[in-house]
Amino acid sequence: MDGARTIDGAAAPGASGDVGERRDRRLDPFLIQVMVLVSVVAAQGPIRRALSAPAMQSWMTVFTAVVLQALPFLVFGVLLSAAITVFVPASFFARALPRRPALAVPVAGTAGAVLPGCECASVPVAGALVRRGVPPAAALAFLLSAPAINPVVLTATAVAFPREPRMVVARFAASLLVSCVMGWSWHRWGRPGWLRPPARPVDAEAGGAAAFWASVRHDVMHAGAFLVVGAMAAATLRALVPARWLHAAAADPVAAVAVLAGLAVLLSICSEADAFVAASLTGFPLTARLAFLVVGPMIDVKLFAMQTATFGRGFALRFAPATFALAVAASVLVGTVLL
Amino acid sequence: MNRHAQALVMFLLGVAVLHAGYTPLYARYVKSGLRPLLLAAGAVLIVTALATVWTSRRGRPVHEGHEAHGHGHGGPRIGWLLTLPFLALLLVAPPSLGAYSADRTGTALAPPPGFTALPASGPLRLGLVDYAGRAVYDHGRLLAGRSITITGFISLEDGAAYLTRMVLNCCAADAQPVKVGLSGTLPPVLRSDTWLEVTGSYVAEQAKDPVNGAPIPYLNVSQARPVPTPKDPYES
Repeated sequence: MDGARTIDGAAAPGASGDVGERRDRRLDPFLIQVMVLVSVVAAQGPIRRALSAPAMQSWMTVFTAVVLQALPFLVFGVLLSAAITVFVPASFFARALPRRPALAVPVAGTAGAVLPGCECASVPVAGALVRRGVPPAAALAFLLSAPAINPVVLTATAVAFPREPRMVVARFAASLLVSCVMGWSWHRWGRPGWLRPPARPVDAEAGGAAAFWASVRHDVMHAGAFLVVGAMAAATLRALVPARWLHAAAADPVAAVAVLAGLAVLLSICSEADAFVAASLTGFPLTARLAFLVVGPMIDVKLFAMQTATFGRGFALRFAPATFALAVAASVLVGTVLL
Repeated sequence: MNRHAQALVMFLLGVAVLHAGYTPLYARYVKSGLRPLLLAAGAVLIVTALATVWTSRRGRPVHEGHEAHGHGHGGPRIGWLLTLPFLALLLVAPPSLGAYSADRTGTALAPPPGFTALPASGPLRLGLVDYAGRAVYDHGRLLAGRSITITGFISLEDGAAYLTRMVLNCCAADAQPVKVGLSGTLPPVLRSDTWLEVTGSYVAEQAKDPVNGAPIPYLNVSQARPVPTPKDPYES
């Protein structure tokens, strides 16, 4: 296969001829990386001392913990999405989904229940579905529902709320509701121009083992990097914002929902772990904690960045605020009825 | 970021995760149940890195530009961030959460589902959370008159000394402290984050955590000795 080929016709500066020339002008990133690593190892004494302030240590611990905790789930999701991308033929999705988008949306939304991944994995999978010819409205419903309603996440929710089994039902219902309404809204009002079709490494399109590993590498580098960003945001919040502030908001039901929905966006916790964080926010009413669980897997800082990278800025700027508003509304509605 | 650089980043991250999983290091950050998953994830990362090098060695040119989708040249520059967890784990290896986090968070003592029977006589060695739960919600029914030993780290707030243990659900991001107040014979100098094994007796005295108003039970200390950080610094 031809390495210099492009998928979306974008300029290919790496095209065979000028690779050597570019190497001359720019330093090899590989070399820079090795040099940085060696100098960090050589200077580790001073670096350790600089990082020994308690606030900095707490930041580092939470950062490391979030990355370590989410990484196995991310790797698992990425393996699965690579298998789907490479080994499941496009015709399968055409046969599996109803022809009419209005019906395909709820089917795809419910199908999210079988993807045992977190939101880090569902973005690449949804991108793969769009490339496989699934109607965008259905792929978006899947994108929103998969991280929230799969068995791993629902089990984690049940474990985190042993005395509130209705929390699991409420989370399932509210998340499925939001994803279907968002899918239908895209079908009704969405414009194809807002969605920039995601491009992939050429060899990830080829099929076979090489394509599988190329897809894994691509997704690990993307999702993993944004996981690091999310972990930094979460650690910063945890290290800087005193719990007193949160407890002040917990007393007022409206402020509680607003604060926890905002917190879900800022913290960017993986959906497999967010139930435990929600369970620990003991001062807050259950509806507010439901909003935390519904908003978090659908839209947060890390997801917004990932959606921008995968579907384009024009898409993310419209999709993210709509998702946030709808997720908060659905949580309040379902929370009022069920909790 | 070319493919070799991506392979290197993934390899280093995989090594760091395997290292954390093999050694007791992981216990500072995540629950022990995650250990097999950590080892598997580290192995997959290393295999992916090797597969990347392998496929590009088999005659495929290391081309960069075509992988750009909104990231400029080569793979995503943001991919470099994956070096940070590697540096954090292998070079810094930050300690488990201590007094700094505990001071900023209210004690998270919750009513335990039930109270197991205790040995009828002799000195008792209890988990700190177990002691706090029995002292507050069982009113020390089985504790009175016994010699009790608990282990935790010192956290100092507004002059009061607490023996504290962080409680973990999943990873250190959701850790919350449980605090026990210390009265009686204390070492003359108490420093935050020192791990102590204290022996004493139950007292009915209680305080309210200034952060969230939750109850903090007390232990009347007769003896305290410094101990190294336990292998699993958290309780669940």
